[in-house]
Amino acid sequence: MSNTNKATTSSDEVFKTVIFRGGGYSPKPLSWVGLSVFISLILMLEVLTRAGIITSLTMPIPSDVFWTLIELWQSGMLFKHLVPSLSRLVVGSLIGCSFGICVGIIIGLFSLARAGLVPLVAAIFPIPKIALLPLFVIWFGIDETSKYALIAFGTFTPTVVATYGAVDNVDRTLIRMGQSYSLSWMSIVRKIVLPGAMPGVLSGLRISLAIAIILLVAAEMLGAEYGIGAYILQAGSLYDLERLFAGVAILSVMGVLVSAMIGFLERIFLKWRV
Amino acid sequence: MDLKIDNVSHSYGDLEILHNVSLDIPEGKIVCIVGPSGCGKSTLLRMIGGLEQPQKGKILQVGDVPKGCLNALTYVFQDFALLPWRTVEGNIKLVLEDHRLTAGQVEEIISDVLSRTKLSDFRTALPKQLSGGMKQRVALARALAVNPAVMLMDEPLSALDSQTHELLMGDLVALWERAPFTAVYVTHNLNEAVRLGHSIVVLSRRPGRIREIVEIDIPLADRNSSSIDLERKQSQLWQLMRDEAIAADQELLIV
Repeated sequence: MSNTNKATTSSDEVFKTVIFRGGGYSPKPLSWVGLSVFISLILMLEVLTRAGIITSLTMPIPSDVFWTLIELWQSGMLFKHLVPSLSRLVVGSLIGCSFGICVGIIIGLFSLARAGLVPLVAAIFPIPKIALLPLFVIWFGIDETSKYALIAFGTFTPTVVATYGAVDNVDRTLIRMGQSYSLSWMSIVRKIVLPGAMPGVLSGLRISLAIAIILLVAAEMLGAEYGIGAYILQAGSLYDLERLFAGVAILSVMGVLVSAMIGFLERIFLKWRV
Repeated sequence: MDLKIDNVSHSYGDLEILHNVSLDIPEGKIVCIVGPSGCGKSTLLRMIGGLEQPQKGKILQVGDVPKGCLNALTYVFQDFALLPWRTVEGNIKLVLEDHRLTAGQVEEIISDVLSRTKLSDFRTALPKQLSGGMKQRVALARALAVNPAVMLMDEPLSALDSQTHELLMGDLVALWERAPFTAVYVTHNLNEAVRLGHSIVVLSRRPGRIREIVEIDIPLADRNSSSIDLERKQSQLWQLMRDEAIAADQELLIV
């Protein structure tokens, strides 16, 4: 049958290339794109503000913001604001994240802790920590301690949730393997559970540290003489848009640096990942 | 050390998995367990390895654990169960670290098992760099490192492609010839069973009970894929299992 078919159709057979439809869905690193998005947005703003299409009341001229930053740096005030902010960020998030990781691991490992603490964490998580700021001032005083406490409290809950999720996701066959070789409980936790939970913990830290920066500003808006938050608040109340945006730019840079730092840690600790 | 499985029964809820299974596993022999899917052969192996508790009956170790044995009942997993963050060497070290060995002893064991499994050149490779066959070799090296009294192998070759499968089967025979070990080898592949088993236990479909034990007395080294005797044994096994397999295949799963 195929023979006769071929005989009749051979003269007018149509050749069509098979259409490729398997592309996409595989992110590739394109490092220059991110930077060029930034630059083109700022350039566009520069042009629009200079031309007066956007009034100076709604947006500062980006280059003015830049010069404000330079001036801040030259006057030495930049570090006067940055150093207390960074130390608050580091101390607060260190406390919050390390407690969070510990509690998360305990929840991940013990059913009793899970039953007792998961509802508690779920109840604490959605509380806007900023709302508790006055309370923290009463509990810990107006000085640094209340700021540390606020940041620690804010980073704690997301870290707990990420960590116990990560512990839950550790491959159970690996744990069974450890048991089948009679490894001690400590060995199983230290050598199988913790490294296995590392990817989840690190991606949780990304979120926790971003929250820490948000809370840093909130904490500094209440009773801080120096700090990026205080600087922004001051500029805001004077409606000094250049300084306001200079402060915001510093926060953005902090965010990018934190994210880069986590990326660096991931490259070191998660080299084994496929 | 021998193993004795004494009248083991087990069910998950209402579903009976194993029914009065009694079996002896003599030292220095490979016992293969075959059966249709869902007959409880993997469950039985997990019980022998102490990873699951039988509801009725006992698993008994007969005699003392031989000297120098670090982990009497050692499991080899179907999906290798290697730690992806440790190198080949590190994965083997893992199971030696809890045993208070000197650095020299650890080094000696590692180089010994790596050379026995032909892995000496891959000491510092990570699992992600290895093929499936190599990964299972690493898992075998790790099992050999603790000098097990009994190796419990849960379909160790079924995740591999058929060429690697053939190669590793040869390796297993060579390892056994060099130093005979005791093993319980669960598989659904009858060819594997007749090539590696000194005795082959055929389980019925769920609830699994022993239908027959087929002994093969041809030495392991003399068995090859074209042997007529093995061919005959394999078809005898298939005759035993065929109807069970059909029935098991048509059962509805109640999960």
